[in-house]
Amino acid sequence: MTTITLDGIAHAYTRHPRSDRDYALRPLHHVWEQGMAYALLGPSGCGKTTLLNIISGLIIPSEGRLLFGERDVTRLPTEQRNIAQVFQFPVIYDTMTVAENLAFPLRNRKMAKPAIAARVAEIAAMLELTPDLNRRARGLTADAKQKISLGRGLVRSDVSAVLFDEPLTVIDPALKWELRSKLKAVHRALDLLMIYVTHDQTEALTFADRVVVMNEGQAVQIGTPEELFERPDHTFVGYFIGSPGMNFLPAAVDGQYARVGGSRILLGASYPALTDAVRIGVRPDFVTLTAGNGPKVQVRRVDDFGRKRLAHVTLDGLALVATVPDSMDGIGTETGVTFDPAHVLVYQNEIRVEGTPA
Amino acid sequence: MMDKPWNNKAWFFILPVLVLVLFSSVLPVMTVVNYSLQDSMGVNNFFWNGDAWFRDLLDPGTEIGARFADALLRTFAFSFAALAVEIPLGIAIALCLPRRGWAVGISLVITALPMLIPWNVVGTMWQIFARQDIGLFGAALTGIGLPYNVTQDSVSAWVTIVVIDVWHWTPLVILLSYAGLRAIPDAYYQAARIDGASRWAVFVNIELPKLQKVLVIAVLLRFMQTFMIYTEPVVVTGGGPGSATTFLSIDLVKIAIGQVDVGSAAAMSLVYYIIILTACWIFFTVMTQLERRGDS
Repeated sequence: MTTITLDGIAHAYTRHPRSDRDYALRPLHHVWEQGMAYALLGPSGCGKTTLLNIISGLIIPSEGRLLFGERDVTRLPTEQRNIAQVFQFPVIYDTMTVAENLAFPLRNRKMAKPAIAARVAEIAAMLELTPDLNRRARGLTADAKQKISLGRGLVRSDVSAVLFDEPLTVIDPALKWELRSKLKAVHRALDLLMIYVTHDQTEALTFADRVVVMNEGQAVQIGTPEELFERPDHTFVGYFIGSPGMNFLPAAVDGQYARVGGSRILLGASYPALTDAVRIGVRPDFVTLTAGNGPKVQVRRVDDFGRKRLAHVTLDGLALVATVPDSMDGIGTETGVTFDPAHVLVYQNEIRVEGTPA
Repeated sequence: MMDKPWNNKAWFFILPVLVLVLFSSVLPVMTVVNYSLQDSMGVNNFFWNGDAWFRDLLDPGTEIGARFADALLRTFAFSFAALAVEIPLGIAIALCLPRRGWAVGISLVITALPMLIPWNVVGTMWQIFARQDIGLFGAALTGIGLPYNVTQDSVSAWVTIVVIDVWHWTPLVILLSYAGLRAIPDAYYQAARIDGASRWAVFVNIELPKLQKVLVIAVLLRFMQTFMIYTEPVVVTGGGPGSATTFLSIDLVKIAIGQVDVGSAAAMSLVYYIIILTACWIFFTVMTQLERRGDS
């Protein structure tokens, strides 16, 4: 029961890193709080698994300190940290029954037999594994095996954090949702710190209280799912979260207006004059096609997703995705577009610029 | 054409193979079967002898039967001794080999070297190596006061033959085990560390179960090869002292070529063949059954 502090943790797989590119993980400061569920989200190779392995002790970071509570565990071996880990592919002990699998970490820690049996029964009940307790673990389905992996972590009462490394990769799509809800239920019941690595934004946004978006070894934004959606701090977050991602248009910003091509767009805040590497970002949900108002756009195609329609349009030659209101039937080749000023954000050099309220 | 699951034209394509198998296996074996049922009074003068050779051979009361039973027992004992050393030793060495880095290639090549040496060369090498006067092995053992003498002492002869086979063929077990160990995903070791498993627990609960499949192959191959051992004892001990290291294959050659007792030898060959076949079949069935039971 503790917090985990990353104090300038960085890691390079080469021995003498010279530039930022040599780092699998660039220096990171963060405090993971007890009882919260975090997701590490990012594309392959962004350093999320490296970070997870540093926390679990499978990798010793080249720089920085890792604290569990007040204790410096940077160099402690895995077995002396109070963590549990669930891997991408289910890890079970083939020759053992489900009950023996669950008892294994406790037996290794020389716990008394009756206490082990009681604890195993308790965890099995929580994970709905009780009917299978005496079956060989090897014959079970992937999702049951993954529950066993999780169970082996949960039986230990000393566990302060559970780490998940893309645990739903090999699970049937139909069972993914079920297993994810089970994870959430376990999280609520046990009040544990959970860290969940994934490249699937739906998984991350539905599972976690806080999402850490990573790219090229850097944590580009840490926030709640709402924050990531509404106010991405970095253009990468805008692209990566949401499907389709955020629209970014090169612009010149001054005061409350942005100039995009020949059009003037009203912003929700006031900004100093910005011209260099400036883009405005706006989610397709806040760009609406209209019958006549606003700047003129050329319609290239319309995708119908059932509950919403998205139009791919060009505004002065710049590609843009906009929502099509239900009321709009015939869409010509040219129509108008409006932007919701509160959701038009300004980015300079990929980083969001905070405006002053107008 | 593809709507029926069989096609008579296919026979044409496997015909060359069938002809090859006919000449390489079927005809020689049938010749042996032919010999085993007849007796000969001289060159090409055969007459029907029924199952007499087989009855004599399988009855330990007769001279040939006793001889056969002894050789069979010795051969089984040898296979057992060689396997009992080679399998655990091979696994142990495989566990010690490096898993990554420049040392991997070097260790594997050095490990595999003995397997590349022909049997009779191995025999000759060890014959010299085991000599008490000029052989490093024999002279060293004699030097520290052990009663070691390959040609006079049957225990020495046995130990030497087993050591030769271990030296020559443990590398096969090592390479197979090493391949099996390398196929275990890292996550298993990581999970075991998190679960606080000891080195022994990792071996028993992860490595050994994952090695089961390659070990089936290793034991099967080593059993067949040790059961057919011929060259090394012939070169090193000549089957002696007395008949202490006269294994089935050696006895067979003595009867067939030494005594030109073709009928007896043919019957013996067939029984020998059936024993190997049956042993392998039983072994394979038991192992695959065990595995299947593990899945359910």
